[in-house]
Amino acid sequence: MRFLFKTAYEQDLRLFRHGGQVFWYGLLLAVLLAAPWWAGEYTLTLLHFIGIYSIVGLGMMLLVGFTGQISLGHAAFLAVGAYTETLLQAAGWPFWLSLPSAALLSAAVGIIVGLPALRLKGIYLAIATLSFGVIVEEIITRWDSLTGGNSGKHVKPIELFGAKLDGDADFYYLILALTVLLCIALANLLRSPTGRAFVAIRDSEISASCMGVNLAKYKTLSFALSAALTGIGGALYAHKVTFISPEQFTLLVSIELVTLVILGGVGSLHGAVLGAAFIIVLPQLISIAKDYLPSGVAGAAGLQSTVFGLVLIGFIIFEPMGLYGRWLKIRTWFELFPFYRKGMFRRQKTYMKSERLR
Amino acid sequence: MKFFGVENLGIRFGGVVAVDNLSFEVRRGEVYTIIGPNGAGKTTIFNLIGLIYPATSGRIVYQGRELSGLNPHRVAELGIARTFQNIELFEHASVLQNLLIGRHRHRRTALWQELAYTPAVRRAERAQREAVEKVIEFLDLQHYRDSMVAGLPYGVRKVIELGRALATEPQLLLLDEPSSGLNPEETNDMAYWIEDIKKGLGITVLMVEHDMSLVQRVSDRVLALNEGRAIAEGTPAEVQAHPAVIEAYLGTKEPA
Repeated sequence: MRFLFKTAYEQDLRLFRHGGQVFWYGLLLAVLLAAPWWAGEYTLTLLHFIGIYSIVGLGMMLLVGFTGQISLGHAAFLAVGAYTETLLQAAGWPFWLSLPSAALLSAAVGIIVGLPALRLKGIYLAIATLSFGVIVEEIITRWDSLTGGNSGKHVKPIELFGAKLDGDADFYYLILALTVLLCIALANLLRSPTGRAFVAIRDSEISASCMGVNLAKYKTLSFALSAALTGIGGALYAHKVTFISPEQFTLLVSIELVTLVILGGVGSLHGAVLGAAFIIVLPQLISIAKDYLPSGVAGAAGLQSTVFGLVLIGFIIFEPMGLYGRWLKIRTWFELFPFYRKGMFRRQKTYMKSERLR
Repeated sequence: MKFFGVENLGIRFGGVVAVDNLSFEVRRGEVYTIIGPNGAGKTTIFNLIGLIYPATSGRIVYQGRELSGLNPHRVAELGIARTFQNIELFEHASVLQNLLIGRHRHRRTALWQELAYTPAVRRAERAQREAVEKVIEFLDLQHYRDSMVAGLPYGVRKVIELGRALATEPQLLLLDEPSSGLNPEETNDMAYWIEDIKKGLGITVLMVEHDMSLVQRVSDRVLALNEGRAIAEGTPAEVQAHPAVIEAYLGTKEPA
């Protein structure tokens, strides 16, 4: 096991705390960079989706996991990003301009949705965002002239600086680059004053405001950044599936995104990526498992939703820290072997707050 | 110019008058304590000063500036920090992070710089860390620096909350029952710290407190409150001997 001997404040400011981390993240990056060589077409497609969902997951994690604001309407930002990208591409905008525009427009919509969040909390905010999601879905369906309504829209392939990105590998590298870039940007933000302000709002709004955190500004900022990330994810998603229609952005997608955050582990960036991988891989596993199940069960409608629901309940009961929390425990077990004690990660009760200000 | 004062301050919640036409002044560099029986309106005064409740009437003046009508976070930016009676820490963050949030009003970096973590951000973070380390040393929190707040003992949390308020480098510090829930030894430490905060750091302290031995030890002046009204003001000894104060705490003798 590794003992970090700290001798300078600089050590706490680094992105990677020690050489071991640099090595493992480097190895992961190398494996991912080599994916087009080791992965088949099927696996590469899964990696596409995992990358796209990771970006969306990062946005969701920022809002839910770090700022503590729930959103049940994130599919709407996904839709705004996807449709903006599709329409701008159709209008002949270059990709390097249309992608940031999709992000910016999503952020603008995010700010509008963030406004009620300044007054609403918990379940009320969930309902407000949920209705927002339904409204956006409805607008897209009805606004035939712009969005093509239920008949959907085709998406042009990406052209980047004159070169067509038509191969799976090209698109894969684009997604990988964006995912890594956004991961690092978010990690940077979270170790800066702004990130700390988000965490402060999550844990105690009253205290945050007494420390000089402008609640309205930072909540709105969190909504805007989260929406921008989701919008980028939506734009890439549109290019990936090459055809978009309103039924790809329903309430179920929003719930799937909340599930992603909880399964991954609320309050960790790793959790966003792990959750994304889980959300993408689980349906594949289910469809493989169908071959071995009795036909009555395998053919039943809603099998996937049921499994998702059960997994979610299981996580909330047995592993509230999500996949990342589970990984931490496994790692600690190996690091401390053979000295791991049973109660090391026992959940501790927090103190009762009798007169908590709201 | 007056350092800090409230004039004719009042708030009512429906029919209940929690604070009624209250005026007092805190002089720069003193420890001013508000005492009173339960429900006298002491914490409500703090929440009025922090602009968490809008006052029904009256003014709060700080360094020649009227506070009422400002956004609550502006109070902290102007240099007023507070602690809470029931501890409001950021539970799922380390002690260090809690104290760093106290530095929020001293941040100087823009969003784009933070996203890229430019050298300017790195320098600023170093400076913030050094400021926080001074507080850690002042309050002997070295041992808990990297611990999560959730799970730390009550007495330690109380000190961390004091530290977080000090990390903002306030000019006026509001302490809401700093000794509640502490054992005699910890209360003794708290008294030393309050004296040091006043003398060493030159911070003015406005305090709500029940423990009369602590009040006597650290306060310059005391205000006694009952049912939202001021009933006595003066040195600790004067206030304790005041007949209205004795009556408020112990009641009057039943006429035989």
